[in-house]
Amino acid sequence: MDLKEKIVSSYVAFEDGVNINSDIHEIRTDAFQQFEKLGFPSKKLEAWKYTSLNAILKEDYSIFPDNEKSINLADVKQYFIHDIDTYKVIFIDGKYSSFLSETTHDSIDVCLMSSALTKAKYKPIIENYFNKIAKQDNLTSLNTAFSKEGAYIHIPKNTEVEKPIQIINFTTGTEAATMLQPRNLIVVEQNAHVQIIERHQSLTENAVFTNVVTEIYADRHSTVDVYKIQNDHISASLVDNTFIEQQSESIVSVHTFSFGGNITRNNLNFYQRGEHIDSILKGITIIEGKQHVDHHTLVHHIEPNCESHQDYKGIFDERSTGVFNGKVIVEKEAQKTNAYQKNNNILVSDKSTINAKPQLEIFADDVKCSHGCTIGQLDEEALFYMQQRGIGIKEARALLMYAFANTVLESVKIPEVKDRITKLIANKLNVNIGFNI
Amino acid sequence: MSKYTEDDLREELKTKEYEYGFYTDIESETFAKGLNEDVVRAISKKKNEPEWMTDWRIEAFRVWSKMKEPEWANVSYKKPEFQEIAYYSAPKQKPKLNSIDEVDPDLLATFEKLGISLEEQKRLANVAVDIVIDSVSVATTFKKTLGEKGIIFMPMSEAIQEHPELIKKYLGTVIPTSDNFYAALNSAVFSDGSFCYIPKGVRCPMELSTYFRINEGGTGQFERTLVVADEGSFVSYLEGCTAPSRDENQLHAAVVELIALDDAEIKYSTVQNWYPGNSEGKGGVYNFVTKRGLCETNAKISWTQVETGSAITWKYPSCILKGNNSVGEFYSIAVTNNYQQADTGTKMIHLGKNTKSTIISKGISAGKSQNSYRGLVQINSRAENARNFSQCDSLLMGNKCGAHTFPYIEVKNKTAQVEHEATTSKIGEEQLFYCNQRGIDTEKAIALIVNGFSKEVLNKLPMEFAVEAQKLLEISLEGSVG
Repeated sequence: MDLKEKIVSSYVAFEDGVNINSDIHEIRTDAFQQFEKLGFPSKKLEAWKYTSLNAILKEDYSIFPDNEKSINLADVKQYFIHDIDTYKVIFIDGKYSSFLSETTHDSIDVCLMSSALTKAKYKPIIENYFNKIAKQDNLTSLNTAFSKEGAYIHIPKNTEVEKPIQIINFTTGTEAATMLQPRNLIVVEQNAHVQIIERHQSLTENAVFTNVVTEIYADRHSTVDVYKIQNDHISASLVDNTFIEQQSESIVSVHTFSFGGNITRNNLNFYQRGEHIDSILKGITIIEGKQHVDHHTLVHHIEPNCESHQDYKGIFDERSTGVFNGKVIVEKEAQKTNAYQKNNNILVSDKSTINAKPQLEIFADDVKCSHGCTIGQLDEEALFYMQQRGIGIKEARALLMYAFANTVLESVKIPEVKDRITKLIANKLNVNIGFNI
Repeated sequence: MSKYTEDDLREELKTKEYEYGFYTDIESETFAKGLNEDVVRAISKKKNEPEWMTDWRIEAFRVWSKMKEPEWANVSYKKPEFQEIAYYSAPKQKPKLNSIDEVDPDLLATFEKLGISLEEQKRLANVAVDIVIDSVSVATTFKKTLGEKGIIFMPMSEAIQEHPELIKKYLGTVIPTSDNFYAALNSAVFSDGSFCYIPKGVRCPMELSTYFRINEGGTGQFERTLVVADEGSFVSYLEGCTAPSRDENQLHAAVVELIALDDAEIKYSTVQNWYPGNSEGKGGVYNFVTKRGLCETNAKISWTQVETGSAITWKYPSCILKGNNSVGEFYSIAVTNNYQQADTGTKMIHLGKNTKSTIISKGISAGKSQNSYRGLVQINSRAENARNFSQCDSLLMGNKCGAHTFPYIEVKNKTAQVEHEATTSKIGEEQLFYCNQRGIDTEKAIALIVNGFSKEVLNKLPMEFAVEAQKLLEISLEGSVG
């Protein structure tokens, strides 16, 4: 039985655990039919031309992991940004872990999707926002069909959330192979400000396939910063579908740091529904082995006077493959748009591959749009210069690579996250220097 | 030219719809509409072709009939009805010509209208022209002069008779019959085209040129061009196209193959001015062309194109950089106005070491047109030190048109250096104002600015073409101001 069949036949079992007479369930059922029709994406689809999921779809995933498992904080502390106080929404094998979490209902809601979907108190928000911008494509539909648990964050008007929110999904790997479908909803009202750190982490070598969907609404004048840290085991694959809708004068930034995992696919979609919006998409990818990271971005400029900035850096070693597929659409009403897209890559090994497809689709004339894409190597002369001054070749390379990626790190607003990423980069490049520059 | 004033230009722009839209009443022989194996055989027989050629066509036809039309391009149009097209149309009086004096005076008058006075070109421009009307080659000039150098430049149909060994060796090697839908169709039904062979070490003393024209209604034009530059040779090749204004859509599915052997260089320039349809988007030529060149060691192929015509353009002149140190270049200006749609670009396939490619693409869209650049740069794992530079600039006039960029970059070698940049902008108000202040009216100012925008590509065209191309740009953008 292939994975699709297995998923389809397990839907009945899933329905046992949810209220099938709710409006939400209608959305789920529609999405389920959509997935049943479309199936998993194949390389024949233009959007999946460079990324094949075939290898990971072969695993025999358990779709509903068994009962709650507990893990010791000491074992997983390293995966938290622990040196600052944060709210935490933690899941273990898709189930909420109250022990590790720190949620709140005090003026803001940082809690669970499962309660938001069922409790009457959240109904207006859910009705207005749930599954409104998520695409109807195959994997998003699959997630919608099984949407039940995840993080629910609601920040009311004029609220500046005093500490960042961490959303972490752990998999214990007690099952041979686990499939997870977390569903997050983040609603940020006018003038509010929030910072979110998202991470997926498996704790053993067993296969994991996570298909996560996050919807973010940024109302007028709001600011949302999202940091996605992807440094999972080589056995874990991730399809991250993020949909962001912005209203006038809001600023949303998403930083994606991809260092680990087997196949990682980031579908990042921005829809600008107001004027004077700024959208920031940045990413650093450093991978090796047979890892595969695919950044698939879309910025849809619908209204005039908006900006978008994309900056993706990639370093690819051994047999790894990188994909960058960026698309900017400027509608004809969206005059005075400034859209920038930049993608720079370094291939370290002869066996590594980069496939880039930076696209522009422009229907308005009074716009400034540009994209740049480069693929190159480290400057031999700069390496030589540093070696002359007693810096080892490995460290010299690492320094240059760090400098290469630094334009992305510069805009990280939480110092502790920046430190953590810096350490991860040093670790990834196998050097023991602090890059305190 | 000196008496040509701005007023003349304004008048010209006002009245000008499509200059080349006349229809020449030359008696021609046209096959009944439709396509099947018998038609393919009939074309082959008509051409007196040897058996191997007939078989080749039939093979292509069988492949084609199993293929589906490609739909990935960013264009929308009513698909041509392939059984409604006449696949062979030839001017009836087709004399075997040795000199220009023997050409039918009516035909000569046609060329006069087109602005290609054969006589004049012979004397002044030093261009050898092969003229193809409705897929049949009607005149090849300068044959003798070229013959002395051992250069073969003749209609494809004659080449099949006279140089079967060369045709057999090279035809379909760069673009196999099964390459794509339109290439397969072309292979099955092509009626004529040009063949050019430059022997070892010869530098072709003049520009070679082919002029294409669709004359008869309800026909498609399927010509096939093959240029082979043997070791160490050089040739510059020009291609021009026009068609009469008709309400129906006409199909043009050509195949151009270039082969540059070791140390050879081919420069291939096109000024494409097929009928683009009227200002409501009715009629016009569907231009579905496959062009590809193969570079052996140290060889160089340079494509330059100015695309102003066609209702739909679907064209990707490509280079396969097979040999070490080979160079591929692509310079393109694509102008779309009214309801025109263009999806054009290039493919640079780097296979050899130290291969270099340059892509400069300028897209100008006005009216309600859509203009897309679609390109592929592929660096294979054995292509050490490959280098690519791509630049795609788009200029938009008005907010009813669109400019799109779809570059594909695939790199499998760490020593590769690939740069791609694209920008989209409009003509600055300040620039226009500056020109206006100095007494240059807006229409003329736009022509000036567009010319400047396109300069990098126009500079690559041979002199005779550059003038024509510049004028074409102005005409194509007529009425796009404001």
